[in-house]
Amino acid sequence: MNRSLRPLLATALIFLFAYLLAVLQHPNMLSTRVLGNFLTDNAFLGIAAVGMTFVILSGGIDLSVGAVIGFTTVLVAVLIMWLNLHPILAFAIALIVATAFGAIMGAAIHYLRVPSFIVTLAGMFLARGGASVLSPDSIGIEHPFFTAVQKSYILLPGGGRLTVVGIIMLVVFAVAILLAHRTRFGSNVYALGGSETSAALMGVPVARTTISIYALSGFLAGLAGVVFSLYTSAGYSLNALGVELDAIAAVVIGGTLLTGGYGFVAGTFIGVMLQGLVQTYIVFDGTLSSWWTKIVVGVLLFMFIVLQRLVFRAGPRRT
Amino acid sequence: MSEPAARPVLEARGIVKIFGQHRALDTVDFTANAGEVHALLGENGAGKSTLIKILTGAYQPDGGELLLDGQPISLRDPLHGQGYGIGTVYQEVNLLPNRSVAENLFLGRQPTRFGLVDRKKIDAQARELLSRYGLDIDVRAELSEYSVAVQQIVAIARAVELSGKVLVLDEPTASLDRNEVQRLFEVVRGLKANGLAIIFITHFLDQVFDLADRVTILRNGRKVASQALDTLNTTDVVRMMLGKDVAFEHHPTALAGATRGQVRVAFKGLNRKGLLPFDLTVHEGEVVGVAGLLGSGRTEVARLMFGVDGSDGGQILVDGQPVTIRNPAQAVAAGFGFCPEDRKIDGIFGDLSVRENIIIALQAKLGWFKALNREDQVELAGRYAEALDIRAANHDMPVKLLSGGNQQKVILARWLAIDPTFLILDEPTRGIDVGAHAEIVRTINRLREEGLALFVISSELDEVVAYSNRVVVMRDREMVAELDGDAIAPDAIVQAIAGTPQEARS
Repeated sequence: MNRSLRPLLATALIFLFAYLLAVLQHPNMLSTRVLGNFLTDNAFLGIAAVGMTFVILSGGIDLSVGAVIGFTTVLVAVLIMWLNLHPILAFAIALIVATAFGAIMGAAIHYLRVPSFIVTLAGMFLARGGASVLSPDSIGIEHPFFTAVQKSYILLPGGGRLTVVGIIMLVVFAVAILLAHRTRFGSNVYALGGSETSAALMGVPVARTTISIYALSGFLAGLAGVVFSLYTSAGYSLNALGVELDAIAAVVIGGTLLTGGYGFVAGTFIGVMLQGLVQTYIVFDGTLSSWWTKIVVGVLLFMFIVLQRLVFRAGPRRT
Repeated sequence: MSEPAARPVLEARGIVKIFGQHRALDTVDFTANAGEVHALLGENGAGKSTLIKILTGAYQPDGGELLLDGQPISLRDPLHGQGYGIGTVYQEVNLLPNRSVAENLFLGRQPTRFGLVDRKKIDAQARELLSRYGLDIDVRAELSEYSVAVQQIVAIARAVELSGKVLVLDEPTASLDRNEVQRLFEVVRGLKANGLAIIFITHFLDQVFDLADRVTILRNGRKVASQALDTLNTTDVVRMMLGKDVAFEHHPTALAGATRGQVRVAFKGLNRKGLLPFDLTVHEGEVVGVAGLLGSGRTEVARLMFGVDGSDGGQILVDGQPVTIRNPAQAVAAGFGFCPEDRKIDGIFGDLSVRENIIIALQAKLGWFKALNREDQVELAGRYAEALDIRAANHDMPVKLLSGGNQQKVILARWLAIDPTFLILDEPTRGIDVGAHAEIVRTINRLREEGLALFVISSELDEVVAYSNRVVVMRDREMVAELDGDAIAPDAIVQAIAGTPQEARS
């Protein structure tokens, strides 16, 4: 078996096991209602984590994700409420801005040879600061389109609701899986994560790929921001604080190697769901502090880093 | 072998490459013919890798021209070179360890269907392609799951598939065992029969005689010879790699009657995986020179002595007392000093000052709690800088700004500062200009006269002859000969290095 599948398998088993335990304690958790809420509540995190998956697969990191989500929510709110643009137009503008922002960071990383950690840290401050300059206060969004979208859903058997934002996340994951595993762009991303020198020697367009990766991450962070504004009906500069770290955690728990080159987009989905599961369990329990989510995520993260170390330390096994 | 009119594929004419003030290549000609394996030989620093980088496009020459099939070309980068049909396989495989074998073969030119990569087609084509190289492996498995030999063959398959005119093999056998080498050579012979021009770089002479048709030898950036191998024997090749064209100068005066003192260090049966056990004693006031080609195990011996690599067995005696040396700190405690081969990587702290570079080993020996105060540091640095004639504007300037010869002397000073009783020098004159050579040789002679025991590794035979009381010759990771007194002559050393003809030749 391909050894990069092993962490993914481990994640899937842990998720099933954890879900089983949760259901044994709270049988109500086994319902499409809970499942639908899972998807809705974690949509923005899932979408941002998909972008983060590509970045980490290529051997980089994107710390600007949370800030870009916050910035996008403010920008969308400003465009709709202050400039009276139609939400769809506002979304399009916000997505273009977020994508361009990511592309510029990618270009800086490639051409200035600055580590992605530093460039995206600067991007994080820029986006967060920019959002506060646009509006330091929370802006509520009221628009018939918003109300309509928020009320649209597909009814699942068992009474669960698959909302628009949930659907957006599922589509993003489906497209991203194809993009990562079945296109030349995907191959190039893995190639960069394996060895940038080798990739360049093998004809991978390093500049174009790097810029595309961060543009993609920016676009998906923007989309996550759009989803966040639909989810909360507000734009606020302090929205999604620290979501980049949750996204990184989801990616790593999903079996992607933090140093790049190995991993699956589908694993990130399970990583996000696992975090959602912990949150839902805490809600059902009712007595636990929500900070337990962080503790569980921390323990899982540590476990997976150790697991990857063990799996990837082995040398060649065949001759 | 009878040569039908050889067809040149890749030609380099009068190539010059200058780094700073150093002429790495000086009007070198090189021709790779179709259907021929052309070996490129030379010691470290001879210009081999510079020439290869120019031929593959990684460097651009400062003079001369490249011709491909008679047409002048200029290469921007290796990718550009690949486009012209010049493929390279490096010692460390430059493929993607994290991707499947098939993907490594087809990256950048994957067949697609409806915009999606057609994996079935890639796998089938990869299997078909590798079967031509006698490999029947699971092409969907990660490349890193296979041995280096298999990875090399995959790299060759990719290079030939993409390029297909010239194949450059840059030390491909360095980490392969005997059977793997033979397997690789089968593949190369097949490609040769198909009319590919193959350039083969290695430092294993027996492999050169086994595989190559023609050899070009570089020394100090110049071409020494380029001729068909069937007119040469091993001794000729070694002589051309190491020797000056004129006869060696012998310096018996410096050493005749040199009185050596008591045994300072003795190594008994010291060994390590890949290095045969050796016995060696070094006396006070004695220089033991080490001669041998690159890869013969000379650096490994030095590293073993100094505890950089742990030994698998054997004993070390200092002044008759057994000591344990498992790491450099213990070696320093036993009074050893070691100036490594590549000072830029292993020796010099380029951004630290001359003074800091000199006192660092002494400080390490004293430990953290006995910091040398500044006056002591200045005094020490000044003393050794004067003793070794280190030319620096002041002792607070970064060492990287000094010339190679002066950097080397800084490292020497560093070890002399701990007052060693046994000093190991690995290629002390590598990469420094010729004038500084003589000075280093003089310094070594003086240290010997002061009673130090020295163990000096060098590829420069005339230098070895000039300062050694005894010469140990290494071949194939074994000490094969020890020359003493009048027997120390360059010719004798060359004979010993070449040894009896290798089995590949018999």
